[in-house]
Amino acid sequence: MITLNHICKTYGKEKKIAVNDISLSVNKGEIFGLIGPDGAGKSSIFRILTTLLLADSGTATVDGHDVVTDYKHIRKSVGYMPGKFSLYPDLSVEENLKFFATLFNTSIRENYHLIKDIYMLLEPFKNRRAGKLSGGMKQKLALCCALIHKPTVLFLDEPTTGIDPVSRKEFWEMLKRLKKQEITILVSTPYMDEASLCDRIALIKNGKILSINTPDHIIKDYPDNLYKIKSDVIYTLLKDINLHSNTQSCFTFGEFLHVSFLSDTESMQQELLNYLSKKGHLNIVMEKTVPGIEDCFIHLLKKPA
Amino acid sequence: MKQFLSFVKKEFLHALRDRKTLLILFGLPIVQILIFGFALTNEVKNSKIIIVDQAQDMASQQLITKIEASRYFEIEKEIVNPKAIEAAFKEGKIKMAVIFPDNFNHDLLHQNKSAIQLICDASDPNIANTLSNYIAAIVGDYQTELNQNAALPYQIIPETRMLYNPQLKGVHNFVPGVMALVLMLVCVMMTAISIVREKEFGTMEVLLVSPFKPMLVIVSKAIPYLILSLVNVASILLLSVFVLELPINGSVLLLFAESTLFIITCLSIGILISIRVASQQIAMLISMMGMLLPTLLFSGFMFPIENMPWPLQILSNIVPAKWFYIIVKSVMIKGLGFQAIWKETLILSGMSAFLILVSLKNFKIRLA
Amino acid sequence: MKETVIKTEKLTKKFGNFIAANAVSFEVKKGEIFGFLGANGAGKTTAMRMLCGLSTPTSGKAQIVGYDIYKQTNLIKKNIGYMSQKFSLYEDLTVVENIRFFAGIYGLSNQDIKDKSAHLIETLGMQNESKKRVGTLPPGWKQKISFSVALLHEPKIVFLDEPTGGVDPLVRRQFWDLIYAAADKGITIFISTHYMDEAEYCNRISIMVDGSIKALDTPVHLKHQFNAKNMDEVFYELARGAKRRE
Repeated sequence: MITLNHICKTYGKEKKIAVNDISLSVNKGEIFGLIGPDGAGKSSIFRILTTLLLADSGTATVDGHDVVTDYKHIRKSVGYMPGKFSLYPDLSVEENLKFFATLFNTSIRENYHLIKDIYMLLEPFKNRRAGKLSGGMKQKLALCCALIHKPTVLFLDEPTTGIDPVSRKEFWEMLKRLKKQEITILVSTPYMDEASLCDRIALIKNGKILSINTPDHIIKDYPDNLYKIKSDVIYTLLKDINLHSNTQSCFTFGEFLHVSFLSDTESMQQELLNYLSKKGHLNIVMEKTVPGIEDCFIHLLKKPA
Repeated sequence: MKQFLSFVKKEFLHALRDRKTLLILFGLPIVQILIFGFALTNEVKNSKIIIVDQAQDMASQQLITKIEASRYFEIEKEIVNPKAIEAAFKEGKIKMAVIFPDNFNHDLLHQNKSAIQLICDASDPNIANTLSNYIAAIVGDYQTELNQNAALPYQIIPETRMLYNPQLKGVHNFVPGVMALVLMLVCVMMTAISIVREKEFGTMEVLLVSPFKPMLVIVSKAIPYLILSLVNVASILLLSVFVLELPINGSVLLLFAESTLFIITCLSIGILISIRVASQQIAMLISMMGMLLPTLLFSGFMFPIENMPWPLQILSNIVPAKWFYIIVKSVMIKGLGFQAIWKETLILSGMSAFLILVSLKNFKIRLA
Repeated sequence: MKETVIKTEKLTKKFGNFIAANAVSFEVKKGEIFGFLGANGAGKTTAMRMLCGLSTPTSGKAQIVGYDIYKQTNLIKKNIGYMSQKFSLYEDLTVVENIRFFAGIYGLSNQDIKDKSAHLIETLGMQNESKKRVGTLPPGWKQKISFSVALLHEPKIVFLDEPTGGVDPLVRRQFWDLIYAAADKGITIFISTHYMDEAEYCNRISIMVDGSIKALDTPVHLKHQFNAKNMDEVFYELARGAKRRE
């Protein structure tokens, strides 16, 4: 449904690189996640695919249409939710939705089945100005507006940024329901924990793809054994483990530290435990653990290019 | 078409929901008309002056009575001491001092000649000029009275008739000027801001990624402002007829047609600005500095263009408000028909066509 | 027993009939990392503004570093630092200019400003970047600088309003290293975040729902109490029933 072929994009006179030779393809009915921090080039990719920006080089297609020559077709058939809140704050919920429906030559009634689940949550506030909604509600309304014309492909640029975890969870449940309607979804997020909710993901940083695969595969590709360690005082534990000569990497993860070793033998593990006890740590727990996407991302970031 | 209408409806909602927009839209013309009509007039009334009468004779007393009788002056107090004059000027109490020298009457009768000294506060040269002219006129009057007794061989008395504005009222100039100013402000600034606002909100991105033709986005923004501006024209005309008592001498229809043309010119300027800039502040700044200021300076209603150095005179030709000002003055005050203003109309039409063309050329169907 | 630096008693803020913060009571000790969580619209921002002395409560009592929240807001402002994701630094000024500017605001002496900015640039390892405009730096660096700037005047408490949004996981952890280091020096950290794993890094956390604090304890106790695997589940359990989600 979506293909990118060696897409490059630079900005301004200094030729600041935003997208650096990115190629990927998204299949029909897939939820594909672009995972990366701010400034990774996610929004630029979205804008190139939604025909808003021209790439410096490379080609891209959406639903078989070229983004440069066939832009009119694409604009008719896709739904786009930009990173910024992009509705009219001075219009009411209902007015916004109605406006976007007419814009796409359709009516709320025609595709109501698509947005019904989401719109039911919004209905009690339909006369409220969109600017007065909370973050989660704004995103739901924006999603409704992007869906109202039954797009074949949905582009969601950081739909969950700044939204509380409950609203985020609800938002992803909505996306899963949309997937059943055979809508292809390209979504970006800076939250690593959302990666596992996608069918496939691309981890990107500085305009380059670090890895593309299913979340499971990316986790399987993590090369080292990972251990979670905790003790009573996490901060000094972190400092002490980082000072230990056998430590390859050590990062905080929730209540634990995730640690990988240079030489992963039982004797070396015991050596570390002894070292930590000597440093005065109490209630030390050390267990082997399965890495998460975040571990993989950190690993890929640290790997010399 | 339905898309287009719903767009126009949305624009109206934006304009009507924003109190600041409404205030500028409807408050501004009213305030401007009232300010220019009543507060800021060219006429100088009740200016405070002092008179130093060192002569204290018949002629000086007669003249002082005449000056007192005129409504232009208010004699602060009769100071005899010349030194106090400077102090009064410095305090800003008075605008002018009139000094009669010793032997005023005597000189007049025996030498057929006598002098009066006028000292004016020329920090505002216009007022100084006007005041000294008023005094000159009063003195001239007195002189003619005196001469009635003497038989003078030849006398040429110019009789002036002030056409179109017999009472030399300031409002005649101001109403067309205010119309040009308000339309410029509303059309250029409001359109520019409302389009740029979509860019800032990020809604422009969504609009571009829709089947709606991008240029229509812009055009549908202009329509509500065209209508609102016509309402403005109507309200300014009503105010000037009923409050300022300035009649419309020419065809009202022609006036509205010409206003529509000028509004289109302004809207195209607004659209051009909005296409080029990315933030509301810059749009506002350009509309204020780039449009409002030249309109004030070069339309001819504040400062006569004929008195400007020739480079500025040439420059004034590219200011659309200048031509509109001429048109409104001709139609509204002189009561002239289309044949008198076809040249100006053509110039404005040309300007609009040019601006729209440039806008179309510059318009991008993608983000910059 | 460490001294208490934040103490609120039934702190309430009403906007008309709307109770944004309802009888909020809690204490934070010196050197503690206190996580302040809540759904959008739960009243977090309102509460934080009151604590920073930016907004006057409708009723209730609160003391920040021993100063009264109603009368001594100027003293409070002198003793706290504040950093949010949105506003932090001037993009068109260089790193040094930013540091000097903020140091200047807090009335540091010229010598102090000079010493501190030099020291800060050294600790951040930004000697080569100090003359660069902030706008040209990667987001992670900006955050580190603005956190350090918030600490320049040696405040007793730092309020961090979603400081780590949108940065990569590595930068996020480096940022937390800074937070730990500051807490280690006895600075109290008051942080709001949407990353639930970050909640676990806090010594204690409170979760606000519909204007009141529904839970307040250490992450371990909370997970135990709600029989949850992680903080995400705790949060979901509490905030799911929120009425004020609109």
